[in-house]
Amino acid sequence: MADIVIYAMYDDDDVLKDGAKKLVAKGVKVAEVFSPFPIHGIDPIIGVKQTRLGIMAFLYGLTGLMLATIGMRYFMISDWPMDIGGKPNETYLDNVLAFVPITFEFTVLCAAHGMAITYLLRNKTLPGMPAQNPDPRTTDDKFVMEFRMSENSQFTAAELHAMLNETGMIELDQKEIH
Amino acid sequence: MSHKEAAIREPLILGHKTYHEITEDVCKPIEDKAPRMWYILFAIALIIGLYGVGCIFYLLGTGIGVWGLNKTVGWAWDITNFVWWVGIGHAGTLISAVLLLFRQKWRMAINRSAEAMTIFAVFMAGLFPLIHMGRLWVGYWTLPLPNHFGSLWVNFNSPLLWDVFAISTYLSVSLVFWYIGLIPDFATIRDRMKKPIPKRMYTILSFGWSGRAKHWNRFELVSLVLAGVATPLVFSVHSIVSFDFATSVIPGWHTTIFPPYFVAGAVFSGFAMVQTLLLVMRKAMKLEAYIHTKHVEYMNIVIMVTGSIVGVAYLTELFVSWYSGVEYEAYAFINRATGPYWWAYWSMMTCNVISPQLMWFRPLRRSLLFTFVISIVVNIGMWFERYVIIVTSIHRDYLPSSWSMHFPSHIDLGVYIGTIGLFFVFFLLFARFFPVLALNELKTILKSSGESYKNDTAPVHPYFAKNGHAGHDHHEDNNHNH
Repeated sequence: MADIVIYAMYDDDDVLKDGAKKLVAKGVKVAEVFSPFPIHGIDPIIGVKQTRLGIMAFLYGLTGLMLATIGMRYFMISDWPMDIGGKPNETYLDNVLAFVPITFEFTVLCAAHGMAITYLLRNKTLPGMPAQNPDPRTTDDKFVMEFRMSENSQFTAAELHAMLNETGMIELDQKEIH
Repeated sequence: MSHKEAAIREPLILGHKTYHEITEDVCKPIEDKAPRMWYILFAIALIIGLYGVGCIFYLLGTGIGVWGLNKTVGWAWDITNFVWWVGIGHAGTLISAVLLLFRQKWRMAINRSAEAMTIFAVFMAGLFPLIHMGRLWVGYWTLPLPNHFGSLWVNFNSPLLWDVFAISTYLSVSLVFWYIGLIPDFATIRDRMKKPIPKRMYTILSFGWSGRAKHWNRFELVSLVLAGVATPLVFSVHSIVSFDFATSVIPGWHTTIFPPYFVAGAVFSGFAMVQTLLLVMRKAMKLEAYIHTKHVEYMNIVIMVTGSIVGVAYLTELFVSWYSGVEYEAYAFINRATGPYWWAYWSMMTCNVISPQLMWFRPLRRSLLFTFVISIVVNIGMWFERYVIIVTSIHRDYLPSSWSMHFPSHIDLGVYIGTIGLFFVFFLLFARFFPVLALNELKTILKSSGESYKNDTAPVHPYFAKNGHAGHDHHEDNNHNH
């Protein structure tokens, strides 16, 4: 289904945030914001939920912790128990202190890389992906709010333009997508 | 107009900058032709680096007998350089991770290049244990892989194996942390680049980053969590490096103070290396507005604190060697200070204990020239520290008939000098092609810490001039991420 997308460009993050607040109060749905840096406080205004990547990092870390524990128990205790200077290594608990450093390192390794990979996949930012920002200036000093007419069916395009004009935007662009 | 920061805090970005000017200042050196000086330095570094590579090939072809080791001193040059480089490689992640957790905004001007420095230093460090195997191609034997030797596993009780895991985790996590921060900045360069081939390169490097609100939301959380896991990592890595010595029974090595003492020493030398590099870089790349006296002063304070911790550790070691009542322990320290290696010991003491104390004087720690000199002195001192700890503890063992000295061979020297060359090759390439400042992160502190915004000389945006500052009561400081 064809949809009309409106891009309103701003030259200041605070102006955009102020504008977004006013528009949302009037019932306008903001589809997306493109900015060169994180605009703090914009997420609750436009309805972006807090990411759950932190939980994922914890789960990846837990996986690493388990793998390291199981691995070292197998290598050092069950498969080939070593008798080093008569030090006891009959059970995992006898030797656990020596395993702490690697258990920690492996937990961090899994948490960090697991989270980073998930982050890149969820963002769909991978090597060779094309840029999707509507204007190259949005990675420099311009900020763009995106609206979709299908999500704002209670307004006409002209009404939306009029409202946007009051928010201190500097450029307006309209595109039809299929 | 935006969040007010205490007026007595010195601004972090000098003069009046706009968002666009920050982009310009950081991207210009990448887009312009490299200055002649860059080519000269690059050529010098490359020649030195290639000489080192030549020495490494000779070493691998001939065997580690080409080192200056002997039957008493079986561990000297290689491990010294390994610990020295790993130590230097501790500043970057400390700056980006620990300072992020502590909400230190000044980190933003220096974290990118400090992290790059870290990664290259850890590369250099990693080289030493690899070549010391003598047979580089069996390096994978350090991993617990199923193998055809029966079920013969690596020894998980050994600190040397802990090192394998610690260094590889540290290197890879630092690399990921650095790259995730680089992606949005690569996108900025991509969107500015006119020439087709570089544009294509930066398109690939920027992973299609578009700066969506949701992506920034994830970006901030990922940075925070990575900082959270990297912080204990920084401390664990050098603790584990110190276990290489501390878990042995050699007098002079067998000390419980080693982990904190090594970590402080690592941060100390790492910050010194950051100072050395940044003082040159800010001048060469005209970044004086972003990295200025205040940043240098903050780093000098870190150098002073960690240098003092190191100084206290040296004295504690001396005290304990006497107080323990163990004569071998006491001898190890008397021998360090007064034996044939006295010059190394006293170089270490002068460089590491006395020089950072000069930073108590404000004019000195704000002097760029003085800082530059001290930063090099500190790294010379930290090299001697490792050499003193390692060589003086073993060159006179329990049997006086086997006492000996360590003299580095020319291959030893070549490999060491070569790693310095390679390090600068990498760093110069980084400075040429990568954004050396976290330019997009810097934009987030412009309004709270920029000089013109702090003294209200920055022009008020026409929109707010007309409408007042309504809607800004909830303006959040950039540091309150979550």
